[in-house]
Amino acid sequence: MSEHEYTPKSKVGKWFNDRLPLLTLANHLTDYPTPKNLNYWWTFGGILTFCLITQIVTGLVLAMHYIAHADMAFQSVEHIMRDVNYGWLIRYIHANGASMFFLAVYIHIFRSLFYGSYKSPREIIWIIGIIIYLLMMAAAFLGYVLPWGQMSFWGATVITNLFSAIPLVGEGIVTWLWGGYSVDNPTLTRFFTLHYLIPFLILGLVVLHIWALHVPGNNNPIGIDIKKPSKDTVPFHPYIVIKDGFALLMFMIVFAFFVFYTPNILGHADNYIEANPLVTPAHIVPEWYLLPFYAILRSVPDKLLGVIAMLSAILILAALPWLDTSKIRSAVFRPLYKQFYWILVADVLILGYVGAMPAEGLYLLIARIATAYYFLHFLVVLPILGFKERTTPVPLSITEPILGGSPNLAAVKKRDTFKDQ
Amino acid sequence: MEKKTKRRDFLFTATYAVGAVGAGAVIWPMIDQMNPDASVKALASTEVDVSAVNPGKTITVLWRGKPVFIRRRTPEEIAEAKSVKLEDLKHPEKDEDRAKNPEWLVMLGVCTHLGCVPLDQKGDYNGWFCPCHGSHYDTSGRIRKGPAPTNMEIPEYKFVDANTIKIG
Repeated sequence: MSEHEYTPKSKVGKWFNDRLPLLTLANHLTDYPTPKNLNYWWTFGGILTFCLITQIVTGLVLAMHYIAHADMAFQSVEHIMRDVNYGWLIRYIHANGASMFFLAVYIHIFRSLFYGSYKSPREIIWIIGIIIYLLMMAAAFLGYVLPWGQMSFWGATVITNLFSAIPLVGEGIVTWLWGGYSVDNPTLTRFFTLHYLIPFLILGLVVLHIWALHVPGNNNPIGIDIKKPSKDTVPFHPYIVIKDGFALLMFMIVFAFFVFYTPNILGHADNYIEANPLVTPAHIVPEWYLLPFYAILRSVPDKLLGVIAMLSAILILAALPWLDTSKIRSAVFRPLYKQFYWILVADVLILGYVGAMPAEGLYLLIARIATAYYFLHFLVVLPILGFKERTTPVPLSITEPILGGSPNLAAVKKRDTFKDQ
Repeated sequence: MEKKTKRRDFLFTATYAVGAVGAGAVIWPMIDQMNPDASVKALASTEVDVSAVNPGKTITVLWRGKPVFIRRRTPEEIAEAKSVKLEDLKHPEKDEDRAKNPEWLVMLGVCTHLGCVPLDQKGDYNGWFCPCHGSHYDTSGRIRKGPAPTNMEIPEYKFVDANTIKIG
């Protein structure tokens, strides 16, 4: 919460605020000092909030028409598409909204990786973010099962079977997850329940994510600690609100393009065939946003180790604030890290590509190399780089490189004397 | 300074212990309700008429929501399955142990990798091939190549009479 005391102007406002300080909270959110150099990569937090609310609202509406029963789910989805007023629109927004959500979250995560936003004192923000990301993947997977098409059914079969890799208790856990001896009606009803629950868990975690953010304040493109409020900051409203709003409009154009022009391009045609436990589709491929992890799973020839590698690939991110030993946050001042960063981006894109291809021959070889490099980046490159890399000088404030001087005059003086020596 | 165990420490420990048992008693029904229910378990066995199955033909029946392959094998397939050396197998099992009556192979049509349904008469060993991640099975349903860890499972079954198999 902000340092200064806030008192509402009106008498009623004061009366209310003394009993429940909602107005103090609103004032904190509007006045919240934000670094003035935030670029458009920082607008994805707002965009993600929009995505979450879109998914919750469209999901709520779909749940009014959807029937979670193995005999009726597929028909009820077609009923939504054909009979329900604007049902096609709402379902296409929900289905493509999942992809848009992941698109935004990947940009958000890679922004954090570039500018070192996960570093001290923002580790808790980062870890909450990773938990949100895991929940997003769970929600996306559960939701994909609900239309009860062939991809739904077999995707559910393959993913739940991952748990059978656990020694001794694996089979028992899978039976427990299914509520039977295969993916069937009991599985569908519980998946629907959990799919409905998770977005609200995410919403709660988003509140914590933002709360944790508002303690140290935003990181910024040059990754330095700034004085707040100062010449280096602008109030959240109207400056950031307008910027976020503009970026959101641009994002909505992309979103609308998918919804109205290619609503099925990110899905699989097989999912318009009703689930059939006797026939497996020729190619089972997860949704695009899970492909890099799928590639890691398949690149390991052992079942249990493959599952462990896939989970580690996600969980290793939680340890990132401690694996990256560099004191400098922003890649702008880290010439070597910047190159490794782009190699990692390419590596993940390659993993995504081979994840969509059959796991054989050259594709398998590429997947193995890319998997090895992924872990190498986090476990070897980052810890060593922090000690070996020669970083370039970091400005003392945001305004300093342009205007000279700094709100922190003592620091400027100290550095200048240091330079003269 | 040595800490003496007091009456109050005993009370705390006893309270925590009783609390833990109580919490467990409440949580277990919440967890166990997700296990297969009575109606699912009631469908645990099925009888199949195999009189129409000619040699070289496979029928697929649904048992506990899973496909079961019932294949009437040709003499060549039986010979091929029996000729394999055990040391060549990833999961060594004799064909005799998998097909008590060598003419009939009854097994779960579920790939032991991640649960897809393998395709009949495909793959490098004239048996089954799983399209999902490329596991090859032989004419006895044993894993020969690919990521699957074990042979396809043989369910409990028996011949009720010459033409009827009871699975489960």
